[in-house]
Amino acid sequence: MTMLTLLQAAGAAEHPLAGTVAEWAWLLPLLPLLGAVVNGLLSLLPRLSEPGLTGDVDARESAAAAAHTRQQTLVSIVATGVMLSAFGLAVAIFASMQGVRLDAPFVRTYAQWIPAGNLQIDWGLQIDQLSMLMTLVVTGIGTLIHVFSIGYMKSDPGFARYFAYLNLFVACMLTLVLGSSYPVLFVGWEGVGLCSYLLIGFWFSERANVEAGKKAFVVNRIGDFGFLVAMFLMFSTFQRLDFSGVHAAVTSGGSTPVVLAIALFLFLGCVGKSAQLPLYVWLPDAMAGPTPVSALIHAATMVTAGVYLVARSAPIFAHAPSASLLVTLVGAVTALFAATIALRQWDIKKVLAYSTVSQLGYMFMAVGSGAYTAGVFHLVTHAFFKALLFLGAGSVIHAMHAAYHHTHRDDDAQDLRNMGGLRRYMPATAAAMALATLAIAGVPPFAGFFSKDEILSAVFARAMGSPLASASLFGMPGATILYAVYACGLVTALLTAVYMTRMMMLAFGGRNRTGDAEQGALHEAPLVMTAPVLALAVLTVVGGWLNLPALIPIGPIGVLEHWLEPVTGASAARLAGATHVPHATEQLLVGIAVATAVLGIAFALLRYRGDQPDKAHAPVDTGVAGLLTRAYSVDAGVDAVIVRPINALAGSVFARGVEPGVDRTMSGGGTLLAWTASVFGSRFQDGDVGKYAWLIAAGALVVIAALSLS
Amino acid sequence: MIAEALIVSALLFAIGVIGVLTRRNAIILFMCVELMLNAVNLSFVALAKLHGVAGHVFVIMVMTIAAAEAAVGLAIVISVFRHFGSVDLSALRLLRDG
Repeated sequence: MTMLTLLQAAGAAEHPLAGTVAEWAWLLPLLPLLGAVVNGLLSLLPRLSEPGLTGDVDARESAAAAAHTRQQTLVSIVATGVMLSAFGLAVAIFASMQGVRLDAPFVRTYAQWIPAGNLQIDWGLQIDQLSMLMTLVVTGIGTLIHVFSIGYMKSDPGFARYFAYLNLFVACMLTLVLGSSYPVLFVGWEGVGLCSYLLIGFWFSERANVEAGKKAFVVNRIGDFGFLVAMFLMFSTFQRLDFSGVHAAVTSGGSTPVVLAIALFLFLGCVGKSAQLPLYVWLPDAMAGPTPVSALIHAATMVTAGVYLVARSAPIFAHAPSASLLVTLVGAVTALFAATIALRQWDIKKVLAYSTVSQLGYMFMAVGSGAYTAGVFHLVTHAFFKALLFLGAGSVIHAMHAAYHHTHRDDDAQDLRNMGGLRRYMPATAAAMALATLAIAGVPPFAGFFSKDEILSAVFARAMGSPLASASLFGMPGATILYAVYACGLVTALLTAVYMTRMMMLAFGGRNRTGDAEQGALHEAPLVMTAPVLALAVLTVVGGWLNLPALIPIGPIGVLEHWLEPVTGASAARLAGATHVPHATEQLLVGIAVATAVLGIAFALLRYRGDQPDKAHAPVDTGVAGLLTRAYSVDAGVDAVIVRPINALAGSVFARGVEPGVDRTMSGGGTLLAWTASVFGSRFQDGDVGKYAWLIAAGALVVIAALSLS
Repeated sequence: MIAEALIVSALLFAIGVIGVLTRRNAIILFMCVELMLNAVNLSFVALAKLHGVAGHVFVIMVMTIAAAEAAVGLAIVISVFRHFGSVDLSALRLLRDG
């Protein structure tokens, strides 16, 4: 132990980040945690300081309202303050990493966490290029979404509770990305799952919201089981659980069946957390939460944790090419599958939810084919434009809700059939969302174009010839799978352009369908909501410059590629080999990608131009369209095949086994025992002094006998 | 000499114990308890020959406490007699349930 500490100290002393601002990394998760504690306490406060019963009703009500406003101001300052501080610290650490050579991660251990014999787990954080990139995304976008939430949640009585959960989420997410070992990552992993559950069911008086939260939790359990098994396997094979130790052991040990098993179980965890087939079902339901939550947790950060985990475990996946092929295949199929569903959704948030599932599939396509930089690049750009789209949708829902509230009409504020023509009422939101639509569709020069194009060309390049293409999965050659994945990606790109343009046209184009009385109440969101949206719009436009391809030299080439090289470079090279795609092919690929996007947009513009029928007159979707509207009836299928049989089994076991068997034995047995003890025990307490005397004498004899025997 | 004193002491104590266990009259019980106390006193005095003056000190202590206890105990017996018209302890079973 002492040796280890000494070695660590010696290693840390040599690390270029030692003694810099990076030593303050422990504050990163702690700041939002502090915010969560303070806001959590503030959320309990109103109940303690309710105005007294004296004075007239009006005065009491206005006093209560004033107290509520004061509390909201305080909560807003605390919540965004801690986020801004964390972001500032992250930027400072990021700045300190510039211009120094960082081949090894900067690991700081703060405490022994689980010292149990062979198992030594420390609570440590790790600063490297990948974890800092994720930290910047989480704190940066997190701050913007916190600001947006101040406006969005303004009239909600659970304001303080909401920000307590949101701060707690960021604390857990930062633990996830900064942890230096799998168990620490897992703590963050479970923590974000908990916060996701709490925020999906935030409006818990509606049963559907509670059910959605529960569903997310239960489905994620299946994935977490995989993650746990992967950790057990790592420990039993390598006796290590920290990233450096495990990855070094894998690299020196080579491709063994155990490494393949570890990779597959890790991927099961990713499938749950990042909503891939077949465990994607929770994400569309998760839209029951407040919309900024959907933006932060279910689009920009938490659901990308699986992509992060694969990128973080790149050495493991690089030594398990079959598992990598499975990752890319599952990603591709998910991307295509979810994109088709998004084509016919009427709820604006459902469109975005399926779009998120689809884009996450894209990221897995990339990291599975060993294009870790491309996957992380798409993660970052997707965080920009999808957060924007969700926040924009939040502004739209906010306006729609206000309009219906104004006339006391009870209608669906999220249904695209009730929207239309909103560009006239909320021009800034419409413009920002249009930019994001172009980005997600893959139109140059917006962020999504570069990341998506990089993924597609990376998959194509690896299909042409690479160690990955020479590997096989289920007896199928890797090259075939990779070409199929590329085709899926291309079709998905087309569908993405179509469904996003459709959504924009239905919401913002044509005439307004909200209702004649309601139109007057439609309005642009307040500045506190539009400002974060516009900030994200800027990022959506310039995000592509993070990693420009050599083909389009309009700035520094491959900044992100270069930045992530020490973390994932070796693993990527192991899977990709040295095949070079001819220049002409690359140009052709870019041309195809752009043509696909333009084609999709053009098709949707033509298809959804002009005025659309309002909800009452909208045709009912039948046939294939109906199938897509019902999302292939997967939920009903799962319900029929899994949920109901299990419920029935549990019910019958309870009725036939538990109740007559266990319950009666237990409660009957308890009664019998108590009765026996009572009958027996009361004989000693019947008030007969003579009996007491005998007992005392007998007791004294026993004591004397015991003493003389010992 | 000490052995004989200890034997007498043990016999006295045993008589006292048997009396407490077998008799029901409160006065007799009381006397038996006094008998046990004095049996212990006898062994204290006898052993003081071997171990010094501490035994004598204990005897004085026990006699003082026994005198106080006798006063309280007899007062209780008298009030029991006044209340129940008897000093037979087997009749005093009010703590019993039912």
